[in-house]
Amino acid sequence: MNSPAYISLKDVVFSRSGRRIFDGVSLDIPRGKITAIMGPSGTGKTTLLRLIGGQLKPDSGSVVVDGHEVPKLKRKALYSLREKMGMLFQSGALFTDLSVFENVAFPLRVHTKLPEDMIRDIVLMKLEAVGLRGARHLMPSELSGGMTRRVALARSIALDPELIMYDEPFAGQDPIAMGVLVKLIRDLNSSMGLTSVLVSHDVPESLSICHYACIISDGKVIGEGTPDELRAHPSGQVQQFLQGQPDGPVPFHYPAEGAAQDFGLSGGAS
Amino acid sequence: MIERIAAFGRLGLDIVSSFGRSGRFLAGVLGGVPRPATGFPLLLKQLYAVGVLSLAIIVVSGLFIGMVLGLQGYTILSDYGSEAAIGQMIALTLVRELGPVVTALLFAGRAGSALTAEIGLMKATEQLSSMEMMGVDPLRRVIAPRLWAGFIAMPVLAVIFSVVGIWGGMLVGVDWLGVFEGSFWGNMQSSVDFVDDVLNGVIKSIVFGFVCAWIAVYQGYDCVPTSAGISSATTKTVVYSSLAVLGLDFVLTAVMFGDF
Repeated sequence: MNSPAYISLKDVVFSRSGRRIFDGVSLDIPRGKITAIMGPSGTGKTTLLRLIGGQLKPDSGSVVVDGHEVPKLKRKALYSLREKMGMLFQSGALFTDLSVFENVAFPLRVHTKLPEDMIRDIVLMKLEAVGLRGARHLMPSELSGGMTRRVALARSIALDPELIMYDEPFAGQDPIAMGVLVKLIRDLNSSMGLTSVLVSHDVPESLSICHYACIISDGKVIGEGTPDELRAHPSGQVQQFLQGQPDGPVPFHYPAEGAAQDFGLSGGAS
Repeated sequence: MIERIAAFGRLGLDIVSSFGRSGRFLAGVLGGVPRPATGFPLLLKQLYAVGVLSLAIIVVSGLFIGMVLGLQGYTILSDYGSEAAIGQMIALTLVRELGPVVTALLFAGRAGSALTAEIGLMKATEQLSSMEMMGVDPLRRVIAPRLWAGFIAMPVLAVIFSVVGIWGGMLVGVDWLGVFEGSFWGNMQSSVDFVDDVLNGVIKSIVFGFVCAWIAVYQGYDCVPTSAGISSATTKTVVYSSLAVLGLDFVLTAVMFGDF
């Protein structure tokens, strides 16, 4: 149970709608560290989180979380494992009919039998940690995008999980909100001893806080290591992604017929 | 030609797989025994949303349908000099047929579509996923109370519809057109049987309530989580519920009232 890897994926193959999303992905996510999983849009980074959380099952391969083989868990065991996981969804996924306070209190009310005054204290502590104790009476529709994610973060740490998964936490955030989220992810990891998995394509922010990173593209892991090791990675595809170059091993042009043929020119090469 | 046959086959497979999914979904919803402490407040909230908020449309529709029945009944029956039978005609029509059927159609349009849109939006905004990831089964937390609320509210609404309709018929028949009040109520009492008419009507509305609520929550849960997907699911709820209600009404009527 105390192996250095909290999550271990081995030869994971997963297809959806006839399209192969993962083609033999193997990955170890270390315990107590921040691991960034990066890759171009549409490579299945969110799908990877859903495989770890047991919302999807791989076609083959194993997904082990804290010693449990997730795809083989029965419903009850899976739901109790999920109580040790927190997940921050890209949209925040707050319950729109509940106030900020009630959103954060939701997992506590469902999974514990704590008295009301203790629930109140815990909720206020979690909201304090994300800087939104004063926003407890607001409804989700009254929050900005950054605040929504902070409330969702407070909710996902309400039960003091061992693992927290962040799905594109920086997407669409202004620089201040992004700075706040970077600080929160770093602080929560160190203060609570969490294992954090961060799925993102925001390279500088992710590399600035993660201990370990891996890049997925075309259904495979194309590079992994510490941020410094990745920056010095020999693969052209890794460098193109890290430096955001428009053309390279991943071509600028979507595969097409020859240009001459499309433009009606005779004898020209594409 | 081959393509057409293949498309027909695909359609058949889609329909069968959809039935299979909705059956598994229903088993998942009804499979767990809810804890009364958490389940009851959720059920009450949904009973309010699905039942109480549908009252206005049910009462107004019931009143007008009863009044129309009074007018039409009087016009037809007075040709034969038997306008005194108007009470019996209105009551039997409402209790046996129009009460359960029209309530179910209105219920599908008012509450069913709202349920589908609400669940679909919860899916699109990842609220259902986040619930799952918090170790809470959305089938039991979100879907089950809504299904039970529809199931419970429909028969009550149908009874209210029939009562208000009979009152509307009386307003027109007795108060406006001057049918003798004693024969209006007396004929009704002597011809409406509690088991054969009232109870069978209630059984119909229980079946319709279950089917309408099942279709509504399933369409919401199974929808494609986009604006177009939610819109299509909402339409499907109303169309499928209406067709199911009318089809089942024929079957139930044949079983209950058909003398074979």
